[in-house]
Amino acid sequence: MAEHVLEVTGLRAGYGPAEVLFGVELHLARGEVAALMGRNGAGKSTTLKAIMGLLPPRAGSIRFAGQEIAGAAAYRIARMGLGYVPEERRIFTDLTVAENLDVGRRAAPAGRAPWTPERLFQIFPNLAEMRHRRGGAMSGGEQQMLTIARTLMGNPEAVLLDEPSEGLAPVIVEQMAEAVLRMKAEGIAVLVSEQNLDFAAAVADRALILEKGSVRWQGSIATLEADEDVRRAYLTV
Amino acid sequence: MTLLAAEGLTKRFGGVLAAKDVTFALEAGEMLAIIGPNGAGKSTTFNMVGGQLRPDAGRVTLAGQDITGIAPRAVCRLGVGRTFQVAQTFLSFSVLGNVQMALIAHHGQTRRLLADAAAMHRDDALALLDRVGMAAQAARPIGELAYGDVKRVELAIALAAAPRLLLMDEPTAGMAPAERTALMALVAGIARGQGIGVLFTEHDMDAVFAHADRILVLVRGEIIARGTPDQVRADPEVQRVYLGHSGTRAAARAQRAHG
Amino acid sequence: MEWEFLLVQALSGLASASSLFVIASGLTIVFGVTRIVNFAHGSFYMLGAYVAVTVVPWLLEIERSPWLFFAGVLVSALVVGALGVVMEVLLLRRIYRVPELFQLLATFGVVLIVQDVVLLVWGPVDIPGPRAPGLRHGVEILGQRFPAYELFLIFVGPAVLGLLWLLMHRTRFGVLIRAATQDREMVGALGVNQAMLFTGTLFLGAALAGLGGALQIPRASANGQMDLSIITEAFVVTVIGGMGSVPGAFIAAVLIGLLQAFGVLVFPKITLVLVFLLMAAVLVVKPWGLLGRPEAVAGRAVLPEGILDPGRLDGAGKALAALALAGVLALPLLDAYAVKVGTEVLILALAAFSLNFLVGNGGIVSFGHAAYFGLGAYGAGLLVVRGGVPMEASLLAAPLAGGAFAALFGFFVVRLSGIYLAMLTLAFAQIAYAVVFQWVEVTGGDNGLVGVWPSRWAASREVYHYIVAAVTIAAIIFLRRVIHAPFGATLRAARDSAQRADAIGVDVRMHRWLGFTLAGAAAGLAGGLYAFSKGSIDPTLLGIPMSVDFLAMLLLGGIQSVLGPIAGAAAFHAVKDFFMPLTDHWRLFLGLSIIAMVLVFPRGLAGAWASLRRRPA
Ligand SMILES: Nc1ncnc2c1ncn2[C@@H]1O[C@H](COP(=O)(O)OP(=O)(O)OP(=O)(O)O)[C@@H](O)[C@H]1O
Ligand SMILES: Nc1ncnc2c1ncn2[C@@H]1O[C@H](COP(=O)(O)OP(=O)(O)OP(=O)(O)O)[C@@H](O)[C@H]1O
Ligand SMILES: [Mg+2]
Ligand SMILES: [Mg+2]
Repeated sequence: MAEHVLEVTGLRAGYGPAEVLFGVELHLARGEVAALMGRNGAGKSTTLKAIMGLLPPRAGSIRFAGQEIAGAAAYRIARMGLGYVPEERRIFTDLTVAENLDVGRRAAPAGRAPWTPERLFQIFPNLAEMRHRRGGAMSGGEQQMLTIARTLMGNPEAVLLDEPSEGLAPVIVEQMAEAVLRMKAEGIAVLVSEQNLDFAAAVADRALILEKGSVRWQGSIATLEADEDVRRAYLTV
Repeated sequence: MTLLAAEGLTKRFGGVLAAKDVTFALEAGEMLAIIGPNGAGKSTTFNMVGGQLRPDAGRVTLAGQDITGIAPRAVCRLGVGRTFQVAQTFLSFSVLGNVQMALIAHHGQTRRLLADAAAMHRDDALALLDRVGMAAQAARPIGELAYGDVKRVELAIALAAAPRLLLMDEPTAGMAPAERTALMALVAGIARGQGIGVLFTEHDMDAVFAHADRILVLVRGEIIARGTPDQVRADPEVQRVYLGHSGTRAAARAQRAHG
Repeated sequence: MEWEFLLVQALSGLASASSLFVIASGLTIVFGVTRIVNFAHGSFYMLGAYVAVTVVPWLLEIERSPWLFFAGVLVSALVVGALGVVMEVLLLRRIYRVPELFQLLATFGVVLIVQDVVLLVWGPVDIPGPRAPGLRHGVEILGQRFPAYELFLIFVGPAVLGLLWLLMHRTRFGVLIRAATQDREMVGALGVNQAMLFTGTLFLGAALAGLGGALQIPRASANGQMDLSIITEAFVVTVIGGMGSVPGAFIAAVLIGLLQAFGVLVFPKITLVLVFLLMAAVLVVKPWGLLGRPEAVAGRAVLPEGILDPGRLDGAGKALAALALAGVLALPLLDAYAVKVGTEVLILALAAFSLNFLVGNGGIVSFGHAAYFGLGAYGAGLLVVRGGVPMEASLLAAPLAGGAFAALFGFFVVRLSGIYLAMLTLAFAQIAYAVVFQWVEVTGGDNGLVGVWPSRWAASREVYHYIVAAVTIAAIIFLRRVIHAPFGATLRAARDSAQRADAIGVDVRMHRWLGFTLAGAAAGLAGGLYAFSKGSIDPTLLGIPMSVDFLAMLLLGGIQSVLGPIAGAAAFHAVKDFFMPLTDHWRLFLGLSIIAMVLVFPRGLAGAWASLRRRPA
């Protein structure tokens, strides 16, 4: 279906002998923000890594922008317009903020205004002050913002965001939520892995709940907030 | 008597003043939280207390003894246990083996060449695991555990040194909400029960406001507020620079839930 | 000494420093991006020289112009760069995820292959190169004549440094290289084709090595020993400068060049010892080298490569061990040749076991374990030959010598970790090798010493076999016991998480140091036994190929298992003993086998045995 920018069916993946994903099914509409939720170890990060090509899928199909990408190299997937923000803030600590952004830079698709450092500094004002600081000399939270900014420099059509609110101060979490909403307003689809229901509710239209390596529940965020049984069963909040 | 005292801790990285004249004290059995925006200097302060960083100025004393700038290993021997933001355990060992290793180190037996390590301190290790609710999983490889459980084992490892003080930098990072509350409740119970002081940083307001006795708010390296959870939550400046709406709400919720 | 003389000495030091830097910069860049310590870098250097002595005279036939000379040098560098690309595409690309120890081994496989290929193509005789037209004269400096070519070389180093700096900081390729140096997977996730980046890096690195080699031809003839001699110096430069740091390599090269130029005046024989002292001094103050940075700590902990659970022997394992023991004891019933091979296997098994005590159990990847083996052999052998001490007492000296040097070198080694540590162990081993090689009056130099025979009562092959069996088996049982004891467990714990070990009060460095010393003593004991079984000692006992043999035994046996290395030693030695006499090109054969083993058999015999048994019946 054309309006789905990302479509995953029957995805299986794992690490060595350990199987982690057992047939994940999910889709993401253009311009939509969906939250991938679930307990620790449910397989959220594994799902995102497998989609991104950082972990070879063992079975299943992943279609991005109408093309099959399962098994493709990560750089090809990134060039097709899928961005990825890892959970461990993997910024380049020896490079300055500006150089970090430069590594992520890719040309924008025709007809779209490209992201520039200046535009990004509007969303992340903290970064503007430390343009020439080495990545390694930034606090955990500052690094988190830089990872997102760096990914946006690639002008992606969709972004996989792994636990963006983790380790951030409450005010910054609010800023981060605004950043995700800005991305949505720009027409970028976002699949965000999240354990924090408040954050998910603030940014997402739809939630998917992953449990033991497959999607067990999906529905609108409003339904999830209302349905205490589901929350208790899968999220233990 | 004051368990831990930090006086005028200051640390500068090149042009960045990461901590400026940070002063606080902690009593035995008390839980003190340091909160503040990202980059406020929490980890820096923490590392000056734990020996990872040497302060440019200021003094740290543990039960009256000056420990400023001594190595982490030596700090540990004086009765300071530590957990890490990303749990650090011995991955090739079983759950039990991890705690046994900590006990072997605590008893200064790491240089023995002929004893059988797997048979040492079993009962003590099991007792520690029991305290954190992990005795049933003792035989499993630690790599197989859920992350929340790994954090519990890490706590048992830290307790093996019979610490007077626990340092926990973002102890609930990366955990599911329910597990966060459970872990902090566990820590609070152990700390109060045994008179262990706990110094922790945390961005999860539920954890902070439910369990901290006192809170210190750090912004740009300086303490801008300190006091009981009620006082800090009500401080408009703290709300503006740190808590925001969601944090204030979460703080209120946590305090209500906790009575 | 007059001023003028010192100046000329300084200039010639700078000229050497310049060439050394050109070579080391390539090594450090390739290491930075691929995290592979490329042994074959020395081979690229050698190939650069050989290609140049072929191409440049041919060009100079056309016209004796300096331009054609330098065109030839450049062409040689590009050809070698292309060979670097071939190596990346055929080999390195397949081993980026393999444990670093095996990466090192695989690149050493390339060294062996290139050695035989060079022999096949260019023959065994050294080939002198042409002098550079236009730079053959001497330049008058303060009344002293100084070769113009050397003067020219002095400028090459800074020029290359400047160009590399511009490349790294002003071009996107350079920024990407620096980013990939830290996290290549993330670079890929940002849309950068890492394969191209790596290939490009290998081209650059190999071309720099080739350039270094080609520039040498007016100074020294191309020969088959260039590869390993330069690689040691290049390693030392990168270790002192800080691995991955190009400016660091420059400073280190200048320091070493000057040190050697002036050291020759003061201690003509032992300039290498001066280099060693410099390296030691730098590493005490800055463990990561002058401009190096510590390796980033991994975010999420990953399961280490090595022994996971030392476990107990189960029924089948016990049966296997008993069978092996019975075989050892029954060997003298067979022919004399079997006894000889059996004795050697036992000795090598102890050496391999002691190495796995470090590598598998402690995560301390020593690439120079032969040093302690060889120093043990020399310790015992010198006492017998020069001191007339009997075998029994000399054998006691072997573990003492191995242990003492392990303690000395280990003091520096344990300050580092991972691949940095491997480089340093290698550098120390090469220094030990060079000292033994050069100190002819005492060690007999290249020829070594003969007459290291057992006492009369132990002179028969059979009796000596039983002595060796008793000593090695006792030592292996002891080390195995240590692996199960708190000390062994502490080493494993520190390997899993040094941060956590530190936080529970373990002095990680001290324990690693003691472990290193213990393993060195065990290797020294093995070396002593070896000396008496051969009746002679020579520097090859300390050489890189010997260290590689030990590592290949681990690779074959499997570093995850406690007893695997013993099986590895037996298999490796048997195969080598069988094949070596069959072919003239055993190096080619050995190199290819090592690479094949790394690619298809990364868990070794013990791994194969374990998976065979795990398979449900
Ligand atoms: N590199 C790895 N090697 C082996 N197992 C892994 C690895 N990474 C994750 N796992 C395992 O895979 C399972 C799923 O992990 P994953 O990281 O996808 O979970 P998650 O839902 O993202 O959890 P979290 O909320 O903790 O980030 C877990 O059991 C974990 O232990
Ligand atoms: N090694 C360093 N060199 C230079 N600046 C540094 C260094 N380490 C930290 N800083 C700076 O010091 C400040 C305080 O950092 P610190 O890590 O203590 O913050 P934090 O309060 O722990 O933040 P977070 O909640 O995001 O972890 C930050 O602005 C950071 O950029
Ligand atoms: Mg995750
Ligand atoms: Mg911090």
